[in-house]
Amino acid sequence: MRILEGEGVSKYFGGLAAVSNVDFHVDHGEIAGLIGPNGAGKTTLFNLISAALVPKPGAIKFKGENITGLKPHQICRKGVARTFQSVKTFANMSVLDNVVLGSFFGMSTGMSSADAVTEATGLLEFMGLSALRATPAKDLTLANQKRLEVARALATKPELLLLDELMAGLNPTEVAQATELVTRIRHKGITIFMIEHVMEAIMSVCDRIIVLHHGEKIAEGTPQQIATSRKVVEVYLGE
Amino acid sequence: MDITTFTSKRSLVSGSVILIIFIVLITVPLYAPGYAAILLSSILMYVILTISWVMFSGPTGYMSLAPAAFFGVGIYASAIIGGKLPFPIVVGIGGLASFCLALLVGALTLRLRGIYFAIFTFGLVMLMAHSLLFWELHVTGTRGRFVIVMGYNTIYYYLLGISMLLLLTSYLIRRSKYGLALQSIGQEEDAAAHTGVNVTMLKVTIFAISAFFMGAAGAVMATKWTYIDPFIAFNPFYSFMPVVMAIFGGMGQLYGPIIGAAILTYLEEFLITKFAEVYMLIFGTILVIAILYLHDGLVGLIQKWRRRIWGERYANT
Repeated sequence: MRILEGEGVSKYFGGLAAVSNVDFHVDHGEIAGLIGPNGAGKTTLFNLISAALVPKPGAIKFKGENITGLKPHQICRKGVARTFQSVKTFANMSVLDNVVLGSFFGMSTGMSSADAVTEATGLLEFMGLSALRATPAKDLTLANQKRLEVARALATKPELLLLDELMAGLNPTEVAQATELVTRIRHKGITIFMIEHVMEAIMSVCDRIIVLHHGEKIAEGTPQQIATSRKVVEVYLGE
Repeated sequence: MDITTFTSKRSLVSGSVILIIFIVLITVPLYAPGYAAILLSSILMYVILTISWVMFSGPTGYMSLAPAAFFGVGIYASAIIGGKLPFPIVVGIGGLASFCLALLVGALTLRLRGIYFAIFTFGLVMLMAHSLLFWELHVTGTRGRFVIVMGYNTIYYYLLGISMLLLLTSYLIRRSKYGLALQSIGQEEDAAAHTGVNVTMLKVTIFAISAFFMGAAGAVMATKWTYIDPFIAFNPFYSFMPVVMAIFGGMGQLYGPIIGAAILTYLEEFLITKFAEVYMLIFGTILVIAILYLHDGLVGLIQKWRRRIWGERYANT
C-alpha cells in the first residue's frame, strides 16, 4: 500500500528546475532512501512534501488524499513529520519543552499538559536524552540536537517521518547509533523516507532507494540494484 | 520534593504579595492625595502598553512599533462616541476597534520578518495620523476634537481594571500551550510550523488581543486630555516607550515590564518637575546605561542578586 505518492512533481526557481517532473512513492511500513549528488533537489523534494514549498506543476498524495497546497502545520497534523538538514531546534527552550510542543500541536489535539509532559518524557527516554531534559537545546552536541529533532517530530505522532541527512556531521559511533535508531522507529510502525549521504548507512537500512540527479529521478530500486546501476555510478564518479 | 515544596511556598508568598498590592491599589484614592491617583494612572497606562507589547513581541521577537496606532484608535473612538454611549461601552468599542485593525494589519503583514515588520508597523502609526488628519480637514471640517472629561478617580479605576484583566490574560497565555508555541515561533518559526503550530493564526490572534488592551487604554486616557488631534492621538512616543520600558524591566518574567514601566514613568514625572530643562538629557543617559549594562533588564539583575543570596542551588532550575 502506498502511503505517499507524487505525480509529476516539479519546482522551478526562476528558470532553474530544482525538481523536475518526478514521480515517486513510498510504501506503507518501509524505509525508503533518497540519494543524489549535492544540488540534486533532494531537500527541495522534502520541502515540497512537507509544504514548505508548493509544487508547480505536480501533485502529492498522502494515504490517497491530495495534500498539495496545504499549509505546513496541516501536513504535520495529517501525520507527516520532518527533521531539517541544518538543525532547527528551539535554541533557548529546554529539551523537554522542544518535545512537549510536538505533543501539544501534532496529530492529537486537546491534550492536557500533564499528558504532553508524560509523553515527551517517554520519547526523551526512547531517544536517550532523559538526562538532558532541562538543558536548553542550544547547549546540546550536534548528535543530540539531531536526536532532539527526531524526538520532536515523533511527538507529533507521525505515520510518515522525513529524515533530512540525519547522519551528516556525525562520527562513526554516532552513525551506528543513528542507524539503529532508524530501525527502532520503523518498529514503532512509522514509515521512513530519508535523505542520506552516508552510503553504508543507507545501503544497510533502506528497503528501496530513489536517486535524483539535476532534479530528475534517474534510478529507483533495492540497494543492490542501485549499487550496481551503471547510471548511478556514473553520476557519482563521473563518466 | 524539595523543589516542589520550595516552589509552592514561593507561589503562596507571591500570591499574597499580589493580593496586598491589589488591595493597596484599590484603596489608594480613599486616603492618598489626588496626585497619587494621577501619577498611578500614568504608570498604569504605560504598564498596559508595555505588558500588551511584551505579550506579542516578547516571545515572538517580532518588533512591533504599532502600539501608538492601537492606542490612538482607542483615543479617537473615545473622542467620537464618548458621551453618546455609556463609558464602559465606549472603552470596549475603543478596544474592539484596535482589535479589528490589528487583525487586518496582522493578516497582511505578519509574513514580514525582522526589520521589515518593525518599519511597517511604524509606518502604520504615521499612516493613521495622516489619513485621519486628511479626513478631519476635508470631510468633517475640524482639526481636533474635545473629549468628555472624566474624574481622575474614574480614570484610575478603569485603568486598574484593564491592567488586572490584561495581567490575567497575559499570565494565562504564558502558561498555556500557546505561550510555548509563541516562544517556538520566536526561536525557529519554520520548525514551529512543521511541528503543527498554525503560526499565522496564532501570531495574528495574539497581536490582536494585545491591541485590544492598548485601544481600551487609549479610550480611557482620552478623557484625561480634554482636547485631541491626530498628532496627539497617534504620537510615535507611545510606540517607543513600551519597548524601552520592557527592555529596561526585563522580559523574562511577567513582573519585569511592570517594574520597568513603573520606574521609568515615575522617573519621567520626577525629572520633568525637578529638572525641566535637562530632563530628556538625564532620562536618555539613564536609558543608555541601563541598556549597556543590564542585558536582561532589572529582572536579570534581581535574579543575579537572589542567586548570590540563595547560593547556586537553584541556578539551573
